[in-house]
Amino acid sequence: MPEVDQPHDELGAHETEPMIEPGHTFASVTDKISSLVLKRKTPLGWFIGFGISFMLFQLFMLAVTKLVFTGVGIFGTNQPVGWAMPIINFVWWIGIGHAGTLISAILLLLRQEWRTSINRFAEAMTLFAVACAGMYPVFHLGRPWLAYWLFPYPNTMGIWPQFRSPLMWDVFAVSTYAIVSALFWFIGLIPDFATLRDRAKSRAWQVVYGLLAMGWRGSARHWARYETAYLLLAGLATPLVLSVHTIVSFDFAVAQVPGWHATIFPPYFVAGAIYAGFAMVLTLTIPLRKFYGLEDFITDRHLRNMAKVMLATGLIVAYGYMMEAFFGWYSANQYERFMIWNRMTGPYWPYYWVLILCNIISPQLIWIKKVRHSTIALFIISLVVGVGMWLERFVIVVTSLHRDFLPSSWGMYTPSVWDWSMFIGTIGLFLTLLFLFIRFLPVISIFEMRTILPQAEVEEEAA
Amino acid sequence: METKPPLYGLMAEFESPTDLVEAARQTYDEGYRRINGYSPFPIEELSEAIGFHRNSLPLIVLIGGIIGGIAGYMMMYYIEVIDYPLNVGGRPFHSSPAFMPITFETTVLCAALAAVFGMLALNKLPQPYHPVFNAERFALATRDRFFLVIEARDPKFDHDKTLEFMKSLNPKEVIDVEV
Repeated sequence: MPEVDQPHDELGAHETEPMIEPGHTFASVTDKISSLVLKRKTPLGWFIGFGISFMLFQLFMLAVTKLVFTGVGIFGTNQPVGWAMPIINFVWWIGIGHAGTLISAILLLLRQEWRTSINRFAEAMTLFAVACAGMYPVFHLGRPWLAYWLFPYPNTMGIWPQFRSPLMWDVFAVSTYAIVSALFWFIGLIPDFATLRDRAKSRAWQVVYGLLAMGWRGSARHWARYETAYLLLAGLATPLVLSVHTIVSFDFAVAQVPGWHATIFPPYFVAGAIYAGFAMVLTLTIPLRKFYGLEDFITDRHLRNMAKVMLATGLIVAYGYMMEAFFGWYSANQYERFMIWNRMTGPYWPYYWVLILCNIISPQLIWIKKVRHSTIALFIISLVVGVGMWLERFVIVVTSLHRDFLPSSWGMYTPSVWDWSMFIGTIGLFLTLLFLFIRFLPVISIFEMRTILPQAEVEEEAA
Repeated sequence: METKPPLYGLMAEFESPTDLVEAARQTYDEGYRRINGYSPFPIEELSEAIGFHRNSLPLIVLIGGIIGGIAGYMMMYYIEVIDYPLNVGGRPFHSSPAFMPITFETTVLCAALAAVFGMLALNKLPQPYHPVFNAERFALATRDRFFLVIEARDPKFDHDKTLEFMKSLNPKEVIDVEV
């Protein structure tokens, strides 16, 4: 393929690079992807990566143990900043998860076939990110062993949850999201489990994958219903993913705190979530395709498309920041005006300006063709955006709370060592789960890769 | 004399989706109805070729969604208005706008559960045993081969004649599949 990057040539037809390198057959695609799982020898790099992740995960276990024995006082959370690292990290993780659903559901409905080679991986990322996100509200409860009180169940105390609160909406949104993402992921895996069952050499794995495949045999009737179910799930997951981050933003927007009480929050949070999520997908797929030699399937075109989505959502986020500042000024409300001024020039000013640098300035480099074509540059930008999105939540949460209405109750917030331990620990949990996933399940959807091969087309005879 | 195990049907193997769809169409036109195609990925034309048109899954999902939505709203109404009315900032007990997010979530949840379990139930999965797995080469149906099966219980089935017919479809090979 020539060096073409314009989406349209003069005829208006698509002139893009392939989604899959030419020369692959059904057999070669199947063998290549399934061999990552079935190949007996686990690469040394996997053990090293898994080992480091698992150690970080132990940090999480340590922090949680300390927390359960001592109480939430070990966190830096205080008055007036009563909502700090746990909510920041919760929103950060759940946002990262959103790109997975976007790739698997929304791009499926939009018939963006390039999604095929990254959707399985992105969905796994969603699940694990949601698992990490869920840790924060649960362990921030103070008495996490009573977390089930959040759900409405008939109980001897005769009390019920309060459904006018966005925090209850959150419980339903996040748990629905976790369940639907898991179902979507599992349904997508069934035909691939069948492939692994038929290709596994050892009896034990044949049984394990056989149980998971549930007797899938690729019958035409099954495929027809399967496709319907998959499409309907995508159709359901699409509004769901938008609703989840909207509801997360309601946690803030429904409150009266200056800087939170804004109608821009839902769309701006959703865009931010997709932005952070695509950054994370890039951060993870770039090393993955390198170490496992998957360049045939995850081509440069995929990286570039993801970078473009990142740029687009980054611009929406930039609009959100501008509107926040505009609302602060235009509201003519002294608290709102002070909040935005304090955010930019108050004690947390470096956070704000580094956030602008990471989230607004750095992705603009993607406009440059050379940057867009450089894997290393995309990797660095995606890391920077990941940091920027974390800072965004920090700025929203902390700068709004630390100086609100009454100057007599102003304060400062510094995360404690346990805040950091738990945050780094969830990164360990996330990576541990990802490494296990890469080792035991096909990272690329095998059956969907078969469908995008040219020979999968049924040729109609010109009768 | 040894008795042969009962026959499930005849299975023909093809190398490309086009061959399989073509063969399936001819088989259907020939009058066979108890037929099925097996492929490593979904082929829209194939399910049409074997005469599979009615798919009740969308209806099941719709019903699931409606039940989920109504149940979610009713739950909140019962809790907030009937069983445990709580004055929160002077808002009405029946605060319908505040009930919408959870109503939406329960709708999606029940519809998604209906889609997944409905699909599995209609497909009769999990199903650990099926005669087609007896064919040794059928393991390739999850890799790169395409199979067409005419079941022995098809009224038009006659071992020799059907075998003859299937061979005329230009398959790679045709084999007997035992129950």
